[in-house]
Amino acid sequence: MMPLTHSEDVVASALVTNSVDTRHGPVLYMEDVSVSFDGFKALNHLSLYINDGELRCVIGPNGAGKTTLMDVITGKTRPDSGSVFFGQTIDLLELDEPAIAQAGICRKFQKPSVFDALTVFETLELALKTDKRTWPTLFHKLNEQQRHRIHEVLTTIGLSSLINQPAGILSHGQKQWLEIGMLLMQEPKVMLVDEPIAGMTHQEIERTAELLLSLQGKHSLVVVEHDMEFVRSIARKVTVLHEGSVLTEGTMDEVQNDPRVIQVYLGG
Amino acid sequence: MMANLDKSYGSVLSLLLIVTLGIPLCNMLFPADSALHFSAYSVSLIGKYLCFALLGLSLDMVWGYAGILVLGQGAFFALGGYAMGMYLMRQIGSRGVYGDALLPDFMVFLNWKELPWYWHGFEHFGFALLMVVLVPGVLAFVFGWLAFRSRVTGVYLSIITQALTYALLLAFFRNEMGFGGNNGLTDFKDILGFNIQSEAVRSLLLFASGASLIGALLLCRWIVNSKLGRVVTAIRDQESRVRFLGYRVELFKLWVFVFSAMLAGVAGALYVPQVGIINPSEFSPLNSLEIVIWVAIGGRGTLYGAIIGAVLVNYAKTVLTGLMPEIWLFSLGAVFVLVTLLLPDGIVGLLKRQRQTIAAKTGLKTGVASA
Repeated sequence: MMPLTHSEDVVASALVTNSVDTRHGPVLYMEDVSVSFDGFKALNHLSLYINDGELRCVIGPNGAGKTTLMDVITGKTRPDSGSVFFGQTIDLLELDEPAIAQAGICRKFQKPSVFDALTVFETLELALKTDKRTWPTLFHKLNEQQRHRIHEVLTTIGLSSLINQPAGILSHGQKQWLEIGMLLMQEPKVMLVDEPIAGMTHQEIERTAELLLSLQGKHSLVVVEHDMEFVRSIARKVTVLHEGSVLTEGTMDEVQNDPRVIQVYLGG
Repeated sequence: MMANLDKSYGSVLSLLLIVTLGIPLCNMLFPADSALHFSAYSVSLIGKYLCFALLGLSLDMVWGYAGILVLGQGAFFALGGYAMGMYLMRQIGSRGVYGDALLPDFMVFLNWKELPWYWHGFEHFGFALLMVVLVPGVLAFVFGWLAFRSRVTGVYLSIITQALTYALLLAFFRNEMGFGGNNGLTDFKDILGFNIQSEAVRSLLLFASGASLIGALLLCRWIVNSKLGRVVTAIRDQESRVRFLGYRVELFKLWVFVFSAMLAGVAGALYVPQVGIINPSEFSPLNSLEIVIWVAIGGRGTLYGAIIGAVLVNYAKTVLTGLMPEIWLFSLGAVFVLVTLLLPDGIVGLLKRQRQTIAAKTGLKTGVASA
């Protein structure tokens, strides 16, 4: 057995009470975070607060630091400086990827990365929120409630008819949906959704918008997307990143009329 | 497709049952001059193949399912073999050349006065059996813990597993290690008080090998069909993604790696009494590479493919090294290259494809081909 570190204790207790301390409003705090790769500042003193239950869209030109932002929150990249907190008490910089995922921050990747050899059902079963240590996983049997939950998610993501198909043969759009399904199965507090609609048809895009809107309130969502029309259709509040820091925040109309944003997007 | 897989699996399993029960039964029922009586040579040979099949199976678990190409699987096999060999040495007692009741011959020869501490306990069969799984398991645990935690993967990991077995090879060659140096452990007399050369014991060892192989096959199949099996397959295909689902990837890899090492240890322990010797050459990197080739030829990631591959390649080895020993390694290399190029899924993949073609043809004829 691995010795429990202090931070894992915190996560364990957070899991037991199923409460991330959000009494002050925000569920996610990023303060003065900087990340540099070989001298390139991917994030530059970035500060960002996501409120509990909020749906936040993050936009910005290529290289603005959108994906790095998600990497830092999920533990994939360690920042050079700054602090990242989940609620009031959980210091995300002390946790690794699995611990952060178990604490309730889950992520859909930009490039759908499903498991080719597993079926749609098995993929969702893998994502299911449950004890994820080795021995309990070996002896894990789905109970009726969990089975029901998987079917529920299958209906939501519209893949019920493909339940026993290997995930590798799905179309790009279907893989995107499966990724979203994996997110739902984990029942996270915070969902980080990186480019959800790439490769989707118009109808699929509409359904994605509906789904994301229906999730806010219960979950906090951070959506990174390039498609402005899509962002407009779902966003209450938009954060614009530029060169690794927050350029401006506000409603879609506010940011679109912000001269700095126009300059950044059109080139100055 | 699933039904076909299950059918092949069933055939391999029934064949193993027939061999495991049939050969010892035949030798019990029929007199030595009967055509149905297997010679001591063939009984040992088949027993040996069964041990290799178990070894191949152990590699398929870690390579075929977890995607960790271990080029040092032979090390765990040899350690299991040495643990059994130490028990068999202690069984010799005062019947050695030097007649020392406690010390094996090679220690007397080296002028050692007392038994090294790590040789104690091996006079008990139960203790030796425990060590057969514990020693490879602990080594795999420590090695895997360090490697997986620092996220060493791919070719780098393969190379250090190869280095591991090579290091053990050099260590076991040294007389001071107390494992018989380059001669290893041999001249075994008894196992559990029975003459190890006797026909009954040989039959029983074959039975034990077959039974262990069948048990291991069932256990492995249960594991790969469990949720842990699916997590491990997912790690093989998208390691970092699994991490973001909340699984501690390194612990899952470690679990399979240790399990596989223990299986290899059991294979080694069954092998040694049947061939009558264990020496450092079992640690040679070449042996470990051969195991990889068995599994590749049989078809990785199917379990029974590893068994088919191990038996076929070793049968070919027996025949070819008898006829033209100098060309064996060349032909093995050639077959490996051809299989990699033409049959990426090995023999099992070939059989599966043939079945599908036949199924498709008959389907077309009867007009029920699924559109």
